Amino acid sequence: MNSFIDFISFKDPNVIYVVLGMVFINSSSVLIGTFAYLRKRSLIGDAVAHSLLPGLCLGYILAGEKDITYLFLGAFVTGWLSTYLVDYIVNKTKVKQDAAIGIVLSGFFFFFVVLLTYIQKNAAGNQGGLDHFLFGQAAAINKQEVMLFAIVCIAILLSIMIFYRWLISVSFNMDFAASMGLPVKAIEFLITSLTVLAIATGIQALGVILTAALVITPAAAARFWTHNLRWMLVLAVSISVISGIGGAYVSYIKSGMPTGPWVVLFLSLITLMSFSFSTRKGILASYLKARKNKAKILHENILKAIYQHHEQLEAEGELDYSLMSSEILKIRLFDTTELLKGLRNLKRKGFIREDNKMFSLTAEGKKESRRIVRLHRLWEQYLLKRTTIDTDHVHAGAEVIEHILSPEIERELEIELGIEGIPKEDY
Amino acid sequence: MNDFWIILTASLVAINSALLGSFLVLRKMSMIGDAISHAVLPGIVVAYYFSEDKASIFLLLGATLTGVLTSLIIDFLSKKAKIQGDASIGITYTLLFAVGMIMISGWMQGNVDIDLDCVLYGDIALVNMDKVIVDGNLYVGPRAFYIEFLGFAIIGFCLWIGFKGFKLLSFNEDYARSLGIATGRWHYFLMGLVSLTTVVSFEVVGAVLVVGFLIIPAATAQLMTDKLKPMLLYACGFGILAVIIGYFTAVYFDVSITGSMVSVSTLIFLAITVLKRRKRQTKALLKSSTDLRG
Repeated sequence: MNSFIDFISFKDPNVIYVVLGMVFINSSSVLIGTFAYLRKRSLIGDAVAHSLLPGLCLGYILAGEKDITYLFLGAFVTGWLSTYLVDYIVNKTKVKQDAAIGIVLSGFFFFFVVLLTYIQKNAAGNQGGLDHFLFGQAAAINKQEVMLFAIVCIAILLSIMIFYRWLISVSFNMDFAASMGLPVKAIEFLITSLTVLAIATGIQALGVILTAALVITPAAAARFWTHNLRWMLVLAVSISVISGIGGAYVSYIKSGMPTGPWVVLFLSLITLMSFSFSTRKGILASYLKARKNKAKILHENILKAIYQHHEQLEAEGELDYSLMSSEILKIRLFDTTELLKGLRNLKRKGFIREDNKMFSLTAEGKKESRRIVRLHRLWEQYLLKRTTIDTDHVHAGAEVIEHILSPEIERELEIELGIEGIPKEDY
Repeated sequence: MNDFWIILTASLVAINSALLGSFLVLRKMSMIGDAISHAVLPGIVVAYYFSEDKASIFLLLGATLTGVLTSLIIDFLSKKAKIQGDASIGITYTLLFAVGMIMISGWMQGNVDIDLDCVLYGDIALVNMDKVIVDGNLYVGPRAFYIEFLGFAIIGFCLWIGFKGFKLLSFNEDYARSLGIATGRWHYFLMGLVSLTTVVSFEVVGAVLVVGFLIIPAATAQLMTDKLKPMLLYACGFGILAVIIGYFTAVYFDVSITGSMVSVSTLIFLAITVLKRRKRQTKALLKSSTDLRG
């Protein structure tokens, strides 16, 4: 607990730099990543990250030392070149986007490996820690770097705020944007440049391989909670910053633990929780919904079968007979355990009552079973009268739709067909 | 003799990767190959932790299973959680790679024998350090060569018996399914082979190099032909060509051998792209000029 208090009170000045660095780096990458996610181009970030490396080396060779301007310029050029190359390969050859990304990514990366060995063998002195970019060094962020990250982050934020409308239209529908007369090429240039900038900061902290997580994962997690782009941006940035600080904390309390991988681990954990528990599109939510639907369909089918049983005995006016579960099975083939479960549930809901293994409908149940049979037959009539479907095909369609017809549609069908009560014919 | 063994071993890596890579490229799954090659890291670490030997059968099994697990997670994310395809690839491999890195720094603090650089980039120049010596003095080649050869035998055999299945899977998955072929099983079989290639190669050339050899020669071959068998041959050919040119370039400039091989491979791809375009343009030009005359 003490270490936690030390951490949040920034007792160690290094902690401030690391945390601030994480905030700026993660925000930059996420802002870009969200747009990349919407454009279904998440892995471009991976290619850019790998291609920055030879640029750094070239900058180093040109400057002869680790001059940050040269490094940045070199990285900017190769990073930019990589997205151009991916687009060129996809547009001009039959090679698909995934392979194009793979080619550019590994091509640039191994060009970097060649350059790195060249520098190691030919340049005087140290190679300026160029290989730190491979795995990142989040724990070693210093004051100057934090300033640089802050400038990049603010630049990205401002560009997004200024060009927000343009970015949205290009992200969601490129053709639409072009037809509106927007300067699509210029916007793409802007997006590419911002991407290169954001990833250039990202690889300093997380390294080449894990930077992709900063770009992709928060956007994917945020997508589960909202459809609104503004909220998605805010949420993704929060998720990423929290994970960043979490990673910094772990490496602070346990020396030797790398920051980057822990950041990625936290990010993935939040994503896992998002897709499990999101009320909107989460796996749990959709599973529960599917289960509820299945139960509803089962219940309605049982009630319908009971009605049909009465109809066979010409007693559909009263629906007063009691019947055994085996008699329901004669009308309609249910899975036996499913049927018993359904009957139990219906009893609990007050639609049927049980008396010595004999089931009969309550007043509520009679109403409900009439409703569902009526919907079924109204739809059959509708298909017969308004479409060209044959009599032996209308049942299947009605069997599906009866469970989801709303009272409004029921009323419309009534007016359309001029039918009241329950039609006699069953197909 | 050193040169010979290095080129031979690297050529086997290139052939193994090119054969499987062609199927990945045709199925538009190149990046899954990339993901697997990164994601086997935790598998390698775990297997190495328990067996303390880089060449054990545990290592092979552990890492191959991790590769299959990777493709299972990717499928789960994209099909069940409905995350975009490429995003689910990115999420999966960064997570597994991060887990691997944490394992290395957590467990292996005192044990620097397995380090990230080695796993990722390998060092083919050191291939000859680990020799297979029969009868005390008869040198029959580096161990890595035999590991690669074993890999080649397994992959060759699997492709030979399953050629039809893989072919159908690559060109028309829906049709294959309608014929009653269990496409899912073939898919994971292919993924298992891809991770096997990565694992047998990681020590020789590093896991990441495999990606270059998986995708680039196969994509180059795709530019040359529309038929599967010639494509496989072309892919192997381009792979071996890159290995040979890359090796001598690297020796001449005294730079990383593996790096040089993939760089050369990329240059071959770009050269073929440009040549093919030029050829098409000339053809179009010729056609239009004869049209004019006619």
